[in-house]
Amino acid sequence: MSDTVDTPKLPKDLAAEKGLVNVQIDGHWIQVPRGTRMIEACRMAEAQVPHYCYHPKLSSPGNCRMCLVQMGMPPRLAPGAEPTFNDEGFQDIGWMPRPVIACANTVGENMGIRTQGDLVKKTREGVMEFLLINHPLDCPICDQAGECSLQEFSVEHGRGQSRFIDDKVKKPKNVDIGPRVNLDDERCIMCSRCVRFMEEVADDPVLGFTERGTHTTLSCHPDRKLDSNYGMNTIDLCPVGALTSKDFRFQMRVWFLKETNSIDTNCATGCNTTIWTRGNEIYRVTPRLNNDVNSEWMPDSHRLAFHEVQGDDRLTDPMIKADGTHEVTNWQIAIEATSDALKQFEGSEIAIVASARQTNEELFLTKTLAGIVGSKSISTVPRMGEADGKLISADRNPNSNGAKLIFAQDDPSSGLDTIKVGLSNGSIKAIIALGEDLIDDAGFSHDELAAAELIVSTNIKANATAQASDIVLPSSSFAEKRGTMVNVTGRLQRLNQAVQAPGNAHDDWEILRDIILNYTGEANDMYMLEDIVKVIAQTIPAFEGVTLSKIGDQGIQLLETGVTIPLLEKEKQRVENREIVG
Amino acid sequence: MSDIKYLPGKEPHPSEHRLIFKNIDREGWDTSIDTYIADGGYEQLKKAITMEPSAITNEVKASGLRGRGGAGFPTGVKWGFIPPNNTKPVYLICNADESEPGTFKDRYILHQDPHQLIEGMVISAFAVGAKVAFIYIREEFPEAALTIERAIEEARAKSLVGKDILGSGFDLEIWVHRGAAAYICGEETGLIESLEGKRPYPRIKPPYFPAALGLYMAPTIVNNVESLCHVKHIIEMGGAEYAKLGVERNTGTRILCVSGDVKNPGYYEVQVGKVTMGELLNDICGGPKDGRSFKAVIPGGSSSKILRCEEVFKIGKGEDAKDLAFWDIQMDFDTLAACGTMAGSGGVIVLDDSRKMSWVLNNINHFYAHESCGQCTPCREGNGWMKKISDRIVNGLAAPEDIQTLEDVAYQIDGKTICAFGEASSWPVEAIISKFRDELTAETSEDNQRLSKEQLQREAYLTK
Repeated sequence: MSDTVDTPKLPKDLAAEKGLVNVQIDGHWIQVPRGTRMIEACRMAEAQVPHYCYHPKLSSPGNCRMCLVQMGMPPRLAPGAEPTFNDEGFQDIGWMPRPVIACANTVGENMGIRTQGDLVKKTREGVMEFLLINHPLDCPICDQAGECSLQEFSVEHGRGQSRFIDDKVKKPKNVDIGPRVNLDDERCIMCSRCVRFMEEVADDPVLGFTERGTHTTLSCHPDRKLDSNYGMNTIDLCPVGALTSKDFRFQMRVWFLKETNSIDTNCATGCNTTIWTRGNEIYRVTPRLNNDVNSEWMPDSHRLAFHEVQGDDRLTDPMIKADGTHEVTNWQIAIEATSDALKQFEGSEIAIVASARQTNEELFLTKTLAGIVGSKSISTVPRMGEADGKLISADRNPNSNGAKLIFAQDDPSSGLDTIKVGLSNGSIKAIIALGEDLIDDAGFSHDELAAAELIVSTNIKANATAQASDIVLPSSSFAEKRGTMVNVTGRLQRLNQAVQAPGNAHDDWEILRDIILNYTGEANDMYMLEDIVKVIAQTIPAFEGVTLSKIGDQGIQLLETGVTIPLLEKEKQRVENREIVG
Repeated sequence: MSDIKYLPGKEPHPSEHRLIFKNIDREGWDTSIDTYIADGGYEQLKKAITMEPSAITNEVKASGLRGRGGAGFPTGVKWGFIPPNNTKPVYLICNADESEPGTFKDRYILHQDPHQLIEGMVISAFAVGAKVAFIYIREEFPEAALTIERAIEEARAKSLVGKDILGSGFDLEIWVHRGAAAYICGEETGLIESLEGKRPYPRIKPPYFPAALGLYMAPTIVNNVESLCHVKHIIEMGGAEYAKLGVERNTGTRILCVSGDVKNPGYYEVQVGKVTMGELLNDICGGPKDGRSFKAVIPGGSSSKILRCEEVFKIGKGEDAKDLAFWDIQMDFDTLAACGTMAGSGGVIVLDDSRKMSWVLNNINHFYAHESCGQCTPCREGNGWMKKISDRIVNGLAAPEDIQTLEDVAYQIDGKTICAFGEASSWPVEAIISKFRDELTAETSEDNQRLSKEQLQREAYLTK
């Protein structure tokens, strides 16, 4: 110790105390954790390193050679020699004459990285030129145009002119490699991201390369298809236009699309998504990075589920049944009719079939409504399926945990049978169905429904419940409203509005609020969604202090359910084994 | 030694020093174990198995043996890279994927003296602590694969391979694995991938240095056939005695495979560095064919840089700097490296004045374009491109500027790839262009100019 009192500590010792190392990136010293990949260290220093094959969630084969940078270390000392330090306390860096890949190499103490300079510039220019010589350069008809790394980096690092005048290599085009994915082999740059994803994440290694050298061709295993329910993630991973979505291709130029961050509502996992829209139309849904929920992936089935809510069969206006047929009406009349009708019944005669697909705000208003009308029978509808061991939860309701918290019940769907019995024995005479089809989803029989004297339902599409309803209130789909949900792990996440609801359909929380307003005849303070969030935060302990902005795009952990997401657990293990960056 | 008779017409040249090739083309010799044992075979194994493994490694280190596969890395040092606290199994792999154009030494060992290799392997496996060894043999050697399989069975029957070798308690299984005709399987990490049943895509180093993370992510030593055979002789002679062969830092003997335009092409085992280029070509190989003169030599397999016969090299630094004429080059690792090329795999390809360099260039480019595994961008795209350009040169369809493009492409590959294939394919191009630029340019024509003068001006402006 006595030595260190006199001599000030060197940067390397100061860093080592914190488990860090000093790295010089483009002339600036920064401290990064020991073992950080060079490319990540550069990212931290805001020095962008172009890359194709590297992906933090996949293994690093180092094959694209786009991330080559210049590296330097202090020169090796002769035996017995003591290192010398400059005024800043660093050793001089001896720069290596050959570039190294930044993606797979890790940093070391006193390392230097140059992401600029002649060597790096020439190297990138060379790699870029190679990537383009056999590429068809068919950007005008390529679906990837606008979000293509090949375009992006050739602008930034390319030569601008081609020296290649020979014939390009011919490869298969428009290959049908799977039900949802199309392959253009000429555009492929052999980065192998898709191959690695299918093997390492999807556990279905159907993709691989055939041929060799410049004829290397991405292909699907003979007699197999890229038909995994996670196959479409390869489209997002593909840095070029080799893998394109059969669903999205040729539908719209990506630069016209507006991105809205939201979450998937097809199961309790609540994969984070981006909803891509133009005008009032959704063109695609893609997964969005969230290391606590879905990593960077989502299942195809959920990705394509948005088509359900787009179409001509949406309910656009409130309707009231008169003489057996539904007549279109306006909201004022419909709401008044609803509250008038409800007032005809005793509270105990009214049952509310709520939904764990509702947002917390909607559930809260539902509970409020139940209190106002005096209903004691309120239940959500269970929706159980099989978990896929990756991202799809067995619970296909996106907000079961929210319903548990808001209804303060361990099993908010437990009252469904009681409602059925009540309908059969006549103790329940009126039903409010909120977004659930009583026949298909809740399992009621037509006879049971026929016994009800009043059915009010909110729906986005015509179904058996709407048919049987006396009052039909058109509501909004997941993409048309805001709100919050609690996923299977207890994470509170936000749903954001990407498009407008069709016609005169209303946001669900507005419908509920209006019924409450009309029923009570008293003004309340619920002018916007934020007001409900505030009330929830004040009245339900688990939500204390929650605001929409606090939830943000990544959500907040609201409770510990002890449930884990298998895909994330596997990913954590791989990070621990240092196979991936994570 | 003197009592060894060779087949008529196959007698070694007096300048040769036959160690590894002692039994090649030997009269009355066959591949059976009885013949081998009768000649004193497996005695070194009996000796080695009583030694400490580390003592064997030390002998190999002391011998100064450098790998005969191409890179010339010291074998003993390579063995020492196995992590000291290793708990995983260790594997030994014999690289018998002899595929460097111009090299044909290992096939003779495999065909005519398989037991020498097996003995060398068992000793080496014992030294590095491997209980499982593989012989990765190229697809083009079907006969060699059968021969070596037979030899392994013979050795197993005599308790020289398998469980409890010679009652020592040491187990070693040797497996023969046949490749599927890919040059890249000779690259050690590509070979390992192939052995694991995958496409032979070379691994990035770091982190996948075979001695630490090799076959099945366990420490793995990959040695060339000839290198492993040398181990037997090092045990026989002792490391220090072996090191007296050859010259300093370039010890032992090595087999030079001379092909091309000489009177007597063939394999010649000589002491490393004791033979000069002139002695090799003019004395041992009998000089150029009648009426021809030597033009250039590729000294260490097709991937080494070509040397012009009239070149004079500046070697050494400062006081020791001296001129070295082509004919005086000693055929050892360091001298050839100092001349800007490499000893490589020992494949000496000789070209006389009847050869067009464009044709040589194109031949090499075709080989590498065909053999590039296609994993990393510069090699995959660059080699195909170089082939296309040199195709045009030999067909009279190239413009003078194509020579420059070709050279640029080579330098864009060099040093940018995952494995040494990038250098293997770009070095010959770089060397041929820099040394025969005029000859190549003479085969091009301004008529083949890619762009008009105006277009060139515009391009120059745009890329300024």
